[in-house]
Amino acid sequence: MTHIELQEELSNLYVSNAGRLAEGTGKVINALRPKAFEDFKRLGIPTRKDENYKYTDLMNYLQGDYSYEIAPSKFSVKLEDLFRCDIPNLNTHLILVLNGFYYEHETVEPLPKGVIVSSLAEASIKYPELVNRHYAQYANTADDSLAALNTLFAQDGIFIYVPKNVTIDKPIQIVNLGFSMKNLRITRRNLIVVEAGSKASMLVCDHTLCDKSFITNSLTEIYVGESACFEMVRMQNENSRSSQIANISVYQEAESTFTSNTLALHGGLIRNNIFAKLAGERALNNTYGIFYADDHQHIGIFTYIHHAKPHCRSDQLFKGILDGEATGAFNGKILVDKYAVKTLAYQRNSNIMLSNKAKMNSKPQLEIYNDDVKCSHGATDGQLDAEGLFYLRSRGIGYKEARQLMMYAFANEVMNKITLEPLRERMNEMIDKRLRGQLAHCENCNIHHS
Amino acid sequence: MLIIKNLHVSINGKEILKGIDLKVNAGEIHAIMGPNGSGKSTLASILAGREEFEVTEGSVEYMGEDLLELSPEDRARKGIFLGFQYPVEIPGVSMVNFMKTALNEKRKYHGLEPISASDFLKLMREKKEIVDFASSLTNRSVNEGFSGGEKKKNEIFQMAMLEPQLSILDETDSGLDIDALRIVAHGVNQLRSKENATIVITHYQRLLQYIVPDFVHVLYKGKIVRSSGKELALELEEKGYDWLKEEAESN
Repeated sequence: MTHIELQEELSNLYVSNAGRLAEGTGKVINALRPKAFEDFKRLGIPTRKDENYKYTDLMNYLQGDYSYEIAPSKFSVKLEDLFRCDIPNLNTHLILVLNGFYYEHETVEPLPKGVIVSSLAEASIKYPELVNRHYAQYANTADDSLAALNTLFAQDGIFIYVPKNVTIDKPIQIVNLGFSMKNLRITRRNLIVVEAGSKASMLVCDHTLCDKSFITNSLTEIYVGESACFEMVRMQNENSRSSQIANISVYQEAESTFTSNTLALHGGLIRNNIFAKLAGERALNNTYGIFYADDHQHIGIFTYIHHAKPHCRSDQLFKGILDGEATGAFNGKILVDKYAVKTLAYQRNSNIMLSNKAKMNSKPQLEIYNDDVKCSHGATDGQLDAEGLFYLRSRGIGYKEARQLMMYAFANEVMNKITLEPLRERMNEMIDKRLRGQLAHCENCNIHHS
Repeated sequence: MLIIKNLHVSINGKEILKGIDLKVNAGEIHAIMGPNGSGKSTLASILAGREEFEVTEGSVEYMGEDLLELSPEDRARKGIFLGFQYPVEIPGVSMVNFMKTALNEKRKYHGLEPISASDFLKLMREKKEIVDFASSLTNRSVNEGFSGGEKKKNEIFQMAMLEPQLSILDETDSGLDIDALRIVAHGVNQLRSKENATIVITHYQRLLQYIVPDFVHVLYKGKIVRSSGKELALELEEKGYDWLKEEAESN
């Protein structure tokens, strides 16, 4: 199949389902479909000729025999019984999303007054003005075909609204589950609005509950108001047959802080695109991530941090461990506008190659239009430190365990950036498990991923 | 305990050790001295199992076993300890995790249960005192940001934790001021027993004022050119290595 054929297949899928797609969603969402359709038709599926996809060959992953669900599938079992979170003792507000659809279940505790955590479809009908103010405002559907495709098919996902000056102590945990009898394409759309002076955090976990193949196109738009603070930790753990393209578009007002930490632990293809616009003075953006890829997995990270106002600061750190015949790509861009003086922008990518068949492409890019800035970028690839390994072994620590410790230590720099301590501890356990090869199968339904 | 016979060692085709013979019994302290580049550190490395070196001839027997057949970790589990000349910094691995893992790997090897958390803490506390090792250091990553003296103290602290039968201290005195040297030496002396042995590798006689050896060997150009009692160290301090070099060359 060529990328043009795939584009046609997806276009036809839309045309023949356009009516049903619009059924459960509000005008806000539906009104944007025609424009998104035009954009998608014009932009097409990205190929390797596209600079941003030079090292991520999407066509390898996006084609095949897949079903599409216009309405959420019904299961006789309760999802919350089927799914057991791998992260014990984590005290969160838990939300489940099944195949892209918000899954109604009993919520444990009430949230602070005025906070909304709901299905996006529902919110688009219940709070049209609120959704309208932010929906599709931060993602660039005119230039990004996958964002256009998402907007074209968008039905559901999560809507979070935190009104002014509210602090939510416990993280909101969103668990995205893939569970189906057939291979499935999933579209997931999230909108998060954190108003001025508020503070919230979120943990997002992606899981596949069976060995079917899922292709997920997810798009999350995040608005962080003036002096607001939003922290997001993502853990991606899907089976090797599954692919996900996860777009995040962040818009930051003055003096806001946005921190994201992405743990790409397992999956056939994981493509993480992170766009952030620092649209107010003295905004702070921290974009971090760690990934581990083995077998034939591919992990691609694309970041685009746009400094539009003076005195902002951005800090990027991505670390990768590649084994087997895994491939990885890091494409990190920093754009500093003409008037964005006193910008501080840092970026670093370092990778460890455990096998000589693994491959990593790293491309840092700076585009700076004024000379009153401090920017740095760097990329390194290497092996595990042989001296360190020998040191550990000389104390009686076996080769495997010594390697494990060294890899864990390598990841530690990124993990330490997670400010919520219980979350950091739990995530460390997940990293440890993954490095020990214990995450390659799904404990929830006992089906081995391969 | 340790019997080295006619040991020849090369790295990248270059012969460094050219026939070493050495016998170390339990309860003994041996000092190996010699000018720079004589092969002292190579000897330490080969005993600890560094893989870049190649043994071309000879044998090393440890407690009746062929030492050269064992992996570095198995050597450590069987009681060999190398005090590094340049201890390695490992950011991200905490001292506590490092020591607990090392201890438990050794215990597992000997068929023992992992040490309990309270016993481990007790052991840490006890052993830290031997080398006056600050508690703040055990909460940090392995050697990360440690001063030269702290790194060397850390080596002796690890030695105390692991209770080896045969310790090889490679230039443990280098880069130490006199106070740190005393503390390190005091630690080594406290750990001394009839059951274990120590090989002290040093360039200077200084350390041997505090750790008194039973035997002193001089290594020069890959060979032991002289073995004697502790008085040899004093003689070297006074006269330097030149007279031994000349003697060796004329042979």
